[in-house]
Amino acid sequence: MRKVAIIGVGLTKFGELWDVSFRQMIVEAGARAIEDAGIDGKQIDAMYVGNMSAGQFIHQEHIASLIVDHAGLLPIPCTRVEAACASGGLALRQAFIAVASGIHDIVVAAGIEKMTDILAEQTTEALATAADQEWEAFVGSTFPGIYALMARRHMHEYGTTEEQMAMVAVKNHHNACFNPCAQYHMEVTIEDVLKSALVASPLKLLDCSPITDGAACAILVPAEKARRYTDTPILIAGTGQASDAISLHDRQTLTGLRATVEAVRAAYKMAGVEARDVDLAEVHDCFTIAEIMAIEDLGFCKKGEGGKITEQGETALGGRIPINTSGGLKGKGHPVGATGIAQAVEIAQQLSGEAGKRQVEGAQIGLTHNVGGSGGTAVVHIFKRGD
Amino acid sequence: MDVGIIGYGVYIPRYRLKVEEVARVWGDDAERVKRGLLLEEKSVPGPDEDTATIAVEAACNAVKRGGVDPKEIGAIYVGSESHPYAVKPTATIVAEAIEATPNLTAADYEFACKAGTAGIQTCMGMVEARMMKYGMAIGADTAQGAPGDPLEYTAAAGGGALIIGKNGAGALATIEGTCSYTTDTPDFWRREMQPYPRHGGRFTGKPAYFKHVTSAASALLRQLQLTSRDFAYAVFHQPNGKFPLQVAKELGFSSEQVLPGLLVVKIGNTYSGSTMIGLAAVLDQAKPGERILMVSYGSGAGSDAFSVMVQDAIETKRDMAPKVLDYVNRGINIDYSTYARLRRLLVR
Amino acid sequence: MGVPRFWREIPNRYNLIGVKCKNCNRVLFPPRFICPGCRRVGKLEPHKLKDRGKIVSFTVVHVPPNGFEGQAPYALAIVELEEGPRLTAQITDCDPNQVKIGDDVEMVFRRVGQEGEDGVIYYGYKARLV
Repeated sequence: MRKVAIIGVGLTKFGELWDVSFRQMIVEAGARAIEDAGIDGKQIDAMYVGNMSAGQFIHQEHIASLIVDHAGLLPIPCTRVEAACASGGLALRQAFIAVASGIHDIVVAAGIEKMTDILAEQTTEALATAADQEWEAFVGSTFPGIYALMARRHMHEYGTTEEQMAMVAVKNHHNACFNPCAQYHMEVTIEDVLKSALVASPLKLLDCSPITDGAACAILVPAEKARRYTDTPILIAGTGQASDAISLHDRQTLTGLRATVEAVRAAYKMAGVEARDVDLAEVHDCFTIAEIMAIEDLGFCKKGEGGKITEQGETALGGRIPINTSGGLKGKGHPVGATGIAQAVEIAQQLSGEAGKRQVEGAQIGLTHNVGGSGGTAVVHIFKRGD
Repeated sequence: MDVGIIGYGVYIPRYRLKVEEVARVWGDDAERVKRGLLLEEKSVPGPDEDTATIAVEAACNAVKRGGVDPKEIGAIYVGSESHPYAVKPTATIVAEAIEATPNLTAADYEFACKAGTAGIQTCMGMVEARMMKYGMAIGADTAQGAPGDPLEYTAAAGGGALIIGKNGAGALATIEGTCSYTTDTPDFWRREMQPYPRHGGRFTGKPAYFKHVTSAASALLRQLQLTSRDFAYAVFHQPNGKFPLQVAKELGFSSEQVLPGLLVVKIGNTYSGSTMIGLAAVLDQAKPGERILMVSYGSGAGSDAFSVMVQDAIETKRDMAPKVLDYVNRGINIDYSTYARLRRLLVR
Repeated sequence: MGVPRFWREIPNRYNLIGVKCKNCNRVLFPPRFICPGCRRVGKLEPHKLKDRGKIVSFTVVHVPPNGFEGQAPYALAIVELEEGPRLTAQITDCDPNQVKIGDDVEMVFRRVGQEGEDGVIYYGYKARLV
């Protein structure tokens, strides 16, 4: 298996992009990545695109063909991968496998979601199809509702508080203020979060990630060829993916994601690192409780202490293990299929020292954690500076 | 006649709307309304309840008391004037939910408030004709009363279910006889596609309720050569508290015979459920050897009268499912705006 | 959800019919088509579950999905049934703010949803505090 590196990344602005279409977004992100990599489009061998639900959001399937066509990359193979909100992370993993195996040399890992072309209620309904339609959605489960069930149990077992969850939102909104691509450039206070409208108790509106349009791309090559294109290649040192029951009620625990635990175990092993070696991480904070559970499951603290270390500032910029320096799904926005790639974009920029005001000084090892649904799929990647 | 009641069960939704709440909204004098109707509050179905769900819980309770294998139930008839579907039976929903399917016949009945007792008679005939071992008759409703109509004070929700079988099959009460009285009397109706019924006001009294109830009851007493003194209890259809007490008086029954089965004061008029819940309340307390008169009334119009003799099995079966008072006493009071939301008078 | 899709699950939804593996005695609900523990060695048979359980976790849904507007706010819970399986269900007939982890519930038959005002009504289970 060959080692694989990222040589260029690109991101669209994240937000409600009323005047930008699906096809325009992917072209923008792709062009930026190609420019960043300093390659010519003609050199690209293949593409993997993470997308949760173009069928529901823009009533368009077969987007692989659409994308490669509008990117001017015909006739290279393009493959769409789907695992709800983990689609992007999976696309990255597929691109990694393609390069590592030797089948392709230069591969684009992309992610895209256009979520605002339909009404918010329809978007929410489309997102809910990531849950079990027969036994969760049928009885009135919503996505926030499913995470709220985890939050309530986490509070019950570990004494996690609504204030601690609010602190995740406060931190991530703060970080997003330093990210030009983020959806929100707006600080929020603990009180703002606690006083925002109840969505599914104990989760309130500001505990939830927003509806976002956006696209992200990363260009992967064999590590041994990376120096031809860039001085700062970012090595993908480890990848791990795992699955769990689609329905929350069928899982062994409600207070963590087994898929995350299994995926990160594989990724750490492959990269030859441990949790304590990681300098920063982009984790899947679709809801504030999700970040608290993620930092526990990833090994950054003991189970049950996610709320506590958030409260103590350990996950803030400048803290022991900065989490979601990009603003995370909460502050940067969560265009579901794009999120997994956007996380890798942030880590690549951080490890290259290009993260501006949110730069984590001396960052050598970064981690991304992308979750599908309420935890039915998790994918983790570990990145190292190539020097 | 060799048929009896093998099991019985009821269900009454939990929410209650007091007369005062309705009167407050429409500017009526609550005390006058309460005196006039002899009624304090009515039951209101939750947002996830309808005639089918009410019928299912009543039917489950009847099966528990009956101790029968649901697969031996050969017929299910659900009487209601608020079936959830205009076309598609409620009875199939009940049959499936109590696991009586697929070897049975099923149908929905509609005869205003007496469709449930019509089902009892059908089951009696079929059991007597040995077409089946057990039959189930259900009366259940989520009654509609237009906002501001006097019916709004009384139109309630609830249901009762009876399992009918041969007396030898562990009957908790035998049915000694039944008699009906039917004419075409339009005292109350709801036209196709209309959400609320209309009624003839005072016309619903003398020529309708009183004429039919007394005629059916008298015919039954004559047929069985019984008088009011032969009965420990009498249950009459209960559109309000006043009518059943008055009709009892006309038939020579005392209020003591009527009050144990008079539930309308606390739960309102449960329409097709009314007479059957009244009978169930009496069975909840009656002793073996006591005789019960039950007379339903359905607008349009007709009455079915039954003479029921309580048997020894009542003592063991009575406690096998929740009693009427268990449901009556677990009410949660709501205000009119909550009622408006639950009854979908206000929809978001 | 189309009519056939609702219809084929009616026994499970109306009567809590799950499956039991004759090989390992594990009871599963919602029903499955292969025992996750025994896989091909397992032998699944229909099994009617007892209707009692306990609340493992709950939430009060204030922003409901389409079709549930008339019921919100409602309590939604993960219930662990006596025989082991867990399911997600609404808690009905209660003040949703009174629900607690550990509360005992019984499963009841209720209207769960509908396919619009003129569509099929979806009946199924909900939980009621006992």
